[in-house]
Amino acid sequence: MSTATAEHHDHDDHHGPAKGWTRWLYTTNHKDIGTLYLLFSLVMFFIGGGMALIIRAELFQPGLQMVDPLFFNSMTTMHALVMIFGVVMPAFVGLANWMIPMMIGGPDMALPRLNNWSFWIMPFAFLLLLSTLFMEGGGPAGGWTLYAPLSLQGGDNLAFVIFAIHFMGISSVMGSINIVATIFNMRAPGMTLMKMPLFVWTWLITAYLLIAVIPVLAGAVTMLLTDRYFGTSFFSAAGGGDPVMFQHIFWFFGHPEVYILILPAFGIISSIIPTFARKPLFGYASMVYATASIAFLSFIVWAHHMFTVGMPLAGEMFFMFATMMISVPTGVKVFNWIATMWRGSMTFETPMLFAIGFLVMFTIGGLSGLMLAITPADIQYHDTYFVVAHFHYVLVPGAIYSIMAATYYWMPKWTGNMYDEKWGKIHFWVSTVFLNVLFFPMHFVGLAGMPRRIPDYSMQFADWNAVATIGAFGFGFSQLIFVYVVLKCMKGGEKATTEVWEGADGLEWTVPSPAPYHTFETPPPIR
Amino acid sequence: MLFVLRWLGVVSAALAGQNAFAALGDVNMTVGVTPISQEVYGLHMLIFWICCVIGALVFAVMFYSIFKHRKSKGAKAADFHESTMVEIVWTAVPLIILVAMAIPAARTLIAMEDTSNADVTVKVTGYQWKWHYEYLDSGVSFFSSLDAEHAAARQVGSGVDVSQFEHYLKEVDNPLVLPVGKKVRFLHTASDVIHSWWVPDLAVKKDAIPGFINENWALIEQEGVYRGKCAELCGRDHGFMPIVVNAVSEEEFDAWIAERAPVETMADAGAQTVAATTEDDDADREWALEELMARGEPVYAAACAACHQANGQGVPGAFPAIAGSAVVTGPVDAHIKTVYVGVAGSAMGSFANQLNDVDMAAVLTYQRNAFGNTVGDTIQPAAIKALR
Amino acid sequence: MSESDSNDTSTTLGIRKAHLTLSGKLCLLGIGMFGFGYLMVPLYDIICDITGLNGKTSSVAVSAPRSDGAAVDRLVTVEFVSVVNSSAAWSFKPTKTSMQVVPGRSYTASYEVVNLNGRPAVGQAVPSVAPSSAAKYFNKIECFCFTSQEFDTGGRKEMPLVFFIEEDLPRSIDTVTLSYTYFDTGEPVAVSLSDS
Repeated sequence: MSTATAEHHDHDDHHGPAKGWTRWLYTTNHKDIGTLYLLFSLVMFFIGGGMALIIRAELFQPGLQMVDPLFFNSMTTMHALVMIFGVVMPAFVGLANWMIPMMIGGPDMALPRLNNWSFWIMPFAFLLLLSTLFMEGGGPAGGWTLYAPLSLQGGDNLAFVIFAIHFMGISSVMGSINIVATIFNMRAPGMTLMKMPLFVWTWLITAYLLIAVIPVLAGAVTMLLTDRYFGTSFFSAAGGGDPVMFQHIFWFFGHPEVYILILPAFGIISSIIPTFARKPLFGYASMVYATASIAFLSFIVWAHHMFTVGMPLAGEMFFMFATMMISVPTGVKVFNWIATMWRGSMTFETPMLFAIGFLVMFTIGGLSGLMLAITPADIQYHDTYFVVAHFHYVLVPGAIYSIMAATYYWMPKWTGNMYDEKWGKIHFWVSTVFLNVLFFPMHFVGLAGMPRRIPDYSMQFADWNAVATIGAFGFGFSQLIFVYVVLKCMKGGEKATTEVWEGADGLEWTVPSPAPYHTFETPPPIR
Repeated sequence: MLFVLRWLGVVSAALAGQNAFAALGDVNMTVGVTPISQEVYGLHMLIFWICCVIGALVFAVMFYSIFKHRKSKGAKAADFHESTMVEIVWTAVPLIILVAMAIPAARTLIAMEDTSNADVTVKVTGYQWKWHYEYLDSGVSFFSSLDAEHAAARQVGSGVDVSQFEHYLKEVDNPLVLPVGKKVRFLHTASDVIHSWWVPDLAVKKDAIPGFINENWALIEQEGVYRGKCAELCGRDHGFMPIVVNAVSEEEFDAWIAERAPVETMADAGAQTVAATTEDDDADREWALEELMARGEPVYAAACAACHQANGQGVPGAFPAIAGSAVVTGPVDAHIKTVYVGVAGSAMGSFANQLNDVDMAAVLTYQRNAFGNTVGDTIQPAAIKALR
Repeated sequence: MSESDSNDTSTTLGIRKAHLTLSGKLCLLGIGMFGFGYLMVPLYDIICDITGLNGKTSSVAVSAPRSDGAAVDRLVTVEFVSVVNSSAAWSFKPTKTSMQVVPGRSYTASYEVVNLNGRPAVGQAVPSVAPSSAAKYFNKIECFCFTSQEFDTGGRKEMPLVFFIEEDLPRSIDTVTLSYTYFDTGEPVAVSLSDS
């Protein structure tokens, strides 16, 4: 009786996936949508990476060999927009979709239909964005930060970019609302907040950050739009506005955004290290508090991106101290991970390799971040390749490595097959070597005085730029190994067990591999 | 504290400085030639070594664990997962390090902001894509843009081997001349978009923001040539607006100013010449077509080629072509107005304050008769003068 | 059986309601933050006013100083700087490039502007003071920057500025630079909006 009624109630929920391509168009299943997000992110990764290779190819040698400086500028602009909004954020949302319901013992996301919309907005947003490259006048070339008045100088691509940002923003905010609702309302009985895996915690905090700051970005770009087309003068001194105000509003969004790109990574690493150390995460509670304090601090440090605009001394001091403070909770996290490894019983499968790669190189990026916080020194570092090296060290071996670690870690659960361990390890080692060849020399040229966002440079920077370009092509092409491993794993391979990893702990490892289309329709018991 | 900074700076220069890495090219921040730049360098090396020590400790523990606590070596997992004591320690220790770090940083910052009692004041105005310098005390002012040879070499497909230039992209037509041993105050502003004036050896980097004025200062202790770049993305030729500072003795500086001051201050403040300063600037006489063409070519290279390209073809969709342009081959008045006044809402600004009468007339004439344009007429300097 | 069934329905309804309430609240947060983005505009102006951030001087006239500066024993150099925004063709220069002033006493300076645009035009001067910490001590009794100016083709104006520097300007500041950037704000509106 009850089964029949239940079937009647939740009609969609009880059969498998629909047949044909419309399955993907209409799907409201969290696993399907998660897969869509991840595949979308993978495609964008290669588009954004291709742009990076154009940049590096032009910078291989001094002199302009290939592209017009204006096109070069639009490549740096688009590379950033694509990588941030098209790769890292969708990949994290995809992982959240796949894993959060399974980690908290819920049957699906709270708002499945909203979930479908928030994904399908993304391809349209990026079509809009990428189409500007084929317009007369080319794509946006004022940097992803869209600083006024430079961004107002370009052609009509600005309007396209702004609408694309609006769509991406709406998608992210909808996705975030969904995630918060899922975490608060869909947990299995007994899954208290302080029992949630850290990935869920970091996503909860990230989702709040997104809801809080994406609308601020939306406001800032709307002001740009009305300044450009409707005669307002928010950012024009002539009409009583101030171009510096744009930077303040932008970075009020921009700095929390940086943590949006890294907090879920912290969650992933906090899942993987205990599994392969066969030891529970050290300092779970302090990890949660550290995440929360990083999120809080991220709202009061934005002006450290603007130490050269001419701030009052007191402002510079405040933002310097506040920025330095961030390294405390971040340090706590790193120490906790190492303490988790300490006296564990470690094995080094691909996910663990990526997690350790994350730990080492994110720490390097974090330490250069601490250097950047020192205002007087930052005045020399600002807008040089030192900054480029810094944020690529936290974003590539940080965010991107965490996403790859997560893929290797959970892929057996998604596909039911083990990935090819040998090629996974090759992927890790080749990527890591080239990545450092690519980004480490950027510290040198930056300190030696090479500004960022320039298509051509002086002879003194030639050697290290050539090295970096070799690293870039090596790193770029080694990602094809990743695609190979993923495709191979989707097609078949050694069958994965339910638990997959010996030391795995968590609800997602209690369902069969591959995870059935519907999981936890009756809440699992929580220890 | 300062002593420690200096000492660390010296030690680290010896350890990591020019000697060790000489073969690898420049890999570190310059020590620079001002007291501030030396302090900044000291801070940089101090925080660098602190980071190195922290990094080394963290990685040592981590890699020890990775090698020792592996399953293949028979390690059994311990079960501890909490220790309030440890957590407090590794929150407090970094905090103490940070405070220790913040104190010298704050001291340097205060010194950097103190622009009082300056001996010389230079107003630096950023333009797309050149700098304008004005010595407020003497009224000497001029534009400074990328050296013409470099500008030609850096075009896409120029075929020039740029390694022949020792200071590729760091050479200008008119360098900024400053006296050593004097406190020089810089006033930074911009005329179109945001630029940033950066000379690493002076540890001066300040944004130039249209409509606003920023300050900075430097006391150069050593004669020499110091080179820098625009550090804030400012459009297509952001990478091509270098800065060259020629630091000379006080006497030399005074002589240099005296030599320029009478000429420059008597001329209209707007009438600077981009190409060369010593040429005949008689706007009242009648100029021949050949004369104007010869004069116009270098002016075009300096003032127009950045956008409209050396071959006059422009960049489709972004910058219109000069070759075959309806404006250029059309009525004289409209052509003059486009250059003199600019085009509202576009990257084409007014050149009224950037070119003197003769240069503007020459470049207009040149545009009308080059790149396959064959209008055949001249635009006389007097016509431009009449507009002023 | 049927009891558990109805229970099930009510939980489903309960959850749905919880979802809607929560997402409603989160939406409001999002909309609120969009508003906050705009709120940052006046907020920023207030902060600028208080701290002199960016060297913005007050855009309203003040009345003359109360004292005549007789008790002040120091001189401050005031430098006048002009910038013409490249958006259009103007000549814009201070008539005097610097003067020595006694804090607390009011002085008159002026700028000369010529419209070179070959058309009637409207211009607006935007003030900025360096060091920015001096901005709040720099008071204008009368200034051409309070309004925009209309010019005929080739029109020329000498525009006055009456100002004083407050006596409590910090002693560490010995030079105050006043910069005006002249912006073109387009052609005059054919029908004058202000009948006054």
